[in-house]
Amino acid sequence: MYPILSTEALNSEVTRMVVQAPEIANKILPGQFIMLRIDEKGERIPLTMNACDPEKGTVTIIFQAVGATTMRLAQMKAGECLLDFAGPLGNPTELEGSKRACVIGGGLGTAIAFPQAKWLADHGCKVDVITGFRNKDLVLLEDEIAACAYRYKVMTDDGSNGNKGVVTAPLQEWIEEGADYDLVLAVGPVIMMKFVAATTRPHGIKTLVSMNPLMVDGTGMCGGCRVKVGDEYKHACVDGPDFDGHLVDFDDAMRRGVMYREFEGTAREIMAAKLAASEGRDCGEHAQTPAGEEGKGE
Amino acid sequence: MPRLNYEPNRSKEKTPMPSLEPAYRATCFEEVALGYTEEDAINEARRCIQCPNSPCVEGCPVGVPIPSFVAQVAEGNFAEAFALVKDANALPAICGRVCPQETQCEGKCTRGRNGDPVGIGRLERFVADWAMEQGITSSEANSEEGVGAGSDAAAKTLAGKKVAVVGSGPASLTCAGELVKRGCEVTVYEALHKVGGVLSYGIPEFRLPKDLVAREVSALSDAGVTFEVNALVGKLYTIDELMEERGFDAVFVGTGAGLPSYLGIEGEAANGVMVANELLTRVNLMKAYLFPEYDTPVYAGKKCVVVGGGNVAMDAARTALRLGADTTIVYRRSMEEMPARAEEIHHAEEEGVNFQLLTNPTRILTNDAGWVTGIECVRMELGEPDASGRRRPVPVEGSEFVIDVDMVVIAVGSKTNPLIAQTTPGLDVTSRNLVVADEETCATSKPGVFAGGDTVIGAATVILAMGAGKRAAAGIEKYLTEQA
Ligand SMILES: Cc1cc2nc3c(=O)[nH]c(=O)nc-3n(C[C@H](O)[C@H](O)[C@H](O)COP(=O)(O)OP(=O)(O)OC[C@H]3O[C@@H](n4cnc5c(N)ncnc54)[C@H](O)[C@@H]3O)c2cc1C
Ligand SMILES: Cc1cc2nc3c(=O)[nH]c(=O)nc-3n(C[C@H](O)[C@H](O)[C@H](O)COP(=O)(O)OP(=O)(O)OC[C@H]3O[C@@H](n4cnc5c(N)ncnc54)[C@H](O)[C@@H]3O)c2cc1C
Ligand code: SF4
Ligand code: SF4
Ligand code: FES
Repeated sequence: MYPILSTEALNSEVTRMVVQAPEIANKILPGQFIMLRIDEKGERIPLTMNACDPEKGTVTIIFQAVGATTMRLAQMKAGECLLDFAGPLGNPTELEGSKRACVIGGGLGTAIAFPQAKWLADHGCKVDVITGFRNKDLVLLEDEIAACAYRYKVMTDDGSNGNKGVVTAPLQEWIEEGADYDLVLAVGPVIMMKFVAATTRPHGIKTLVSMNPLMVDGTGMCGGCRVKVGDEYKHACVDGPDFDGHLVDFDDAMRRGVMYREFEGTAREIMAAKLAASEGRDCGEHAQTPAGEEGKGE
Repeated sequence: MPRLNYEPNRSKEKTPMPSLEPAYRATCFEEVALGYTEEDAINEARRCIQCPNSPCVEGCPVGVPIPSFVAQVAEGNFAEAFALVKDANALPAICGRVCPQETQCEGKCTRGRNGDPVGIGRLERFVADWAMEQGITSSEANSEEGVGAGSDAAAKTLAGKKVAVVGSGPASLTCAGELVKRGCEVTVYEALHKVGGVLSYGIPEFRLPKDLVAREVSALSDAGVTFEVNALVGKLYTIDELMEERGFDAVFVGTGAGLPSYLGIEGEAANGVMVANELLTRVNLMKAYLFPEYDTPVYAGKKCVVVGGGNVAMDAARTALRLGADTTIVYRRSMEEMPARAEEIHHAEEEGVNFQLLTNPTRILTNDAGWVTGIECVRMELGEPDASGRRRPVPVEGSEFVIDVDMVVIAVGSKTNPLIAQTTPGLDVTSRNLVVADEETCATSKPGVFAGGDTVIGAATVILAMGAGKRAAAGIEKYLTEQA
């Protein structure tokens, strides 16, 4: 069991959660993810490491409540436990050697991209950060990013923060101004990553994108997470999740992403009804384990 | 003929296995074969003529003393029979259900030359289930005077030693069980959240009930084996770290052959197309057939083609059928060449799975949204025998035809996951990523590291994996005692 040490709502949809998982905290690197399962009946879902503290033995995740599992997760509180928390999975992002980078986060992707931006800044890279959100109430990690970014721009779809537009606009502008990026890293909705890759392609800038296909096991076994890269399909859980943005077939990824939409709708409705019925109290299925207990496997 | 203590049963046919009605079982995941009653078992056991040279035993990779245990069943001495079986085979309830008996023990049975062989697998299952019902464990069984005494009383040659076992399939479970018997401290590291390997995530409930696997695992826990789930070795710890930082004196690698193979044809990534591992993992490991009670969903179409002819294909087809799809197996050779267990093919036919034999898919057709709409196939005919001795199928030109489907499952084999090889310097692997290990001791090129099961020989069988686990334990014992 893996105790939840703290939770914090970052906005109306997004939660930050700190989980005790000392073995993983020792090992996990930016770009890697974990798969968790809330309880025996739960689904295994992948979430990216947002921060980790090997000394305290903690791993921080940030997630957006979009469906049954993440909605339920958002209701959980410090002191409750997650049944399974497996990682580190996937490969760390290849950041080494970059001197001038631009990290782009779309919506929740901002949380996923943050450890990379911080790692780059900590390792002597001048890193620009661009993030995009639907509106200003959803903006994530503003202070944390401001603390490590060389230049930082937040865009909103509705212009409510005064910067209306898409993330590729400042990217284009900065490239044209002469920012000599050796790396662009984009994490967010597939469509956003597609446009980022299209923006950097004519300039031949190395562009990494973090793909988030449906996953079941996360160990290279089920084939569910196939992503078309160049002429071949790769397993995002073991070959990725980062791939060369100029080779990824984003349209194919978007198509594959809807495979379970109908089920996800059903599950979301059922979960919403359940949560409404429990009036936001905890679901009562979780053993109350004192925080600080060692997080070991079953 | 040797003297029998019982009146032999001269019937040419196996005592029938009580089973659920095909029409009923095609709608649910309950176990299909219900198992012999005591009377059935005695009847069937009496078909054994106690051949002095016991050819059946040669057919069993772990050397179950078949004539002796069957003789005990014939006389109604089930506890004695169980002790004999359990001494040679740590997981009899599982092997009795899933061994391809027709190519192993039963394939060699003298009675099979003229009629059905003795139902050895069914008898093995019977005694294991009987013992479980009586609450008899192996140690109790073995302590009965004189019977099968030995292994549980094994000398604690490995007291004070620590061994890590990577993966938790039948190879690993057997190896772990053998090692704790020798007084060794054993920790099993499993990547998934559930122990059992293919027994848990691959083989469906209707063929191998999961509580049976869980019971075997808890017996190992009781014997002192520690299980760490959610531990992907190579990522969470490397094998070097296990040995250098965590103090393990030796490591057994039993990571199986979990990496799926693909057909390499157009349309293979269409929506509605999946590999068997995904279907089976969703259904078995995640219990997606109970969605939405369980959170994991599984897509099932109305009309499904499963490509392949092995156990995996059969399991996938019968699973798709149970999820409501009208299901057809497409296999490029003929029925005789199908590697699946005969009983599973028979059960699949009974349940209404269709077969398109000597047929090979060439293309998967999709609609504008990228969902599968059909699978184009070509007819095959059998040509010259290939390296495996099976006649090679060759396409019949111009015989292409389309089967309309909204679901395709690919079950054409699996490969070894490269993770362990990539993260373990000094571990030799073949060009196909199979770990190279000594056949007898299971020792690899890396001192202290042993390997066995599918990860060494490629996708094979439960009993071969178990045999390797057992040899590896002996190999590890030898290595650690010679080192000391
Ligand atoms: C490697 C990887 C890392 C990820 N990291 C994070 C993270 O750090 N934080 C976070 O909030 N999410 C992350 N995701 C996405 C997250 O796994 C999904 O949001 C989650 O599985 C949804 O589960 P659910 O049951 O709540 O919703 P579901 O019912 O499964 O889905 C609800 C909605 O979300 C969409 N959706 C489902 N799965 C995904 C997916 N994999 N990616 C994008 N949209 C999806 C569906 O189309 C549907 O519209 C990551 C995904 C991957 C593959
Ligand atoms: C659907 C299906 C049906 C089958 N039916 C039959 C049958 O009827 N009869 C029969 O005899 N055989 C059958 N087989 C084959 C049989 O199951 C296998 O040969 C056998 O399970 C191999 O055992 P193993 O111990 O080598 O590995 P597996 O059972 O494959 O177990 C390997 C385990 O290791 C874990 N693992 C992998 N990598 C790592 C890592 N890096 N760190 C930690 N853990 C790891 C995996 O998650 C898995 O749990 C079937 C196989 C399948 C897939
Ligand atoms: S273990 Fe398998 S091969 Fe051996 S006797 Fe039992 S069923 Fe036959
Ligand atoms: S070969 Fe058949 S008949 Fe002969 S001893 Fe073995 S099981 Fe009995
Ligand atoms: S999630 Fe199953 S292969 Fe990647």
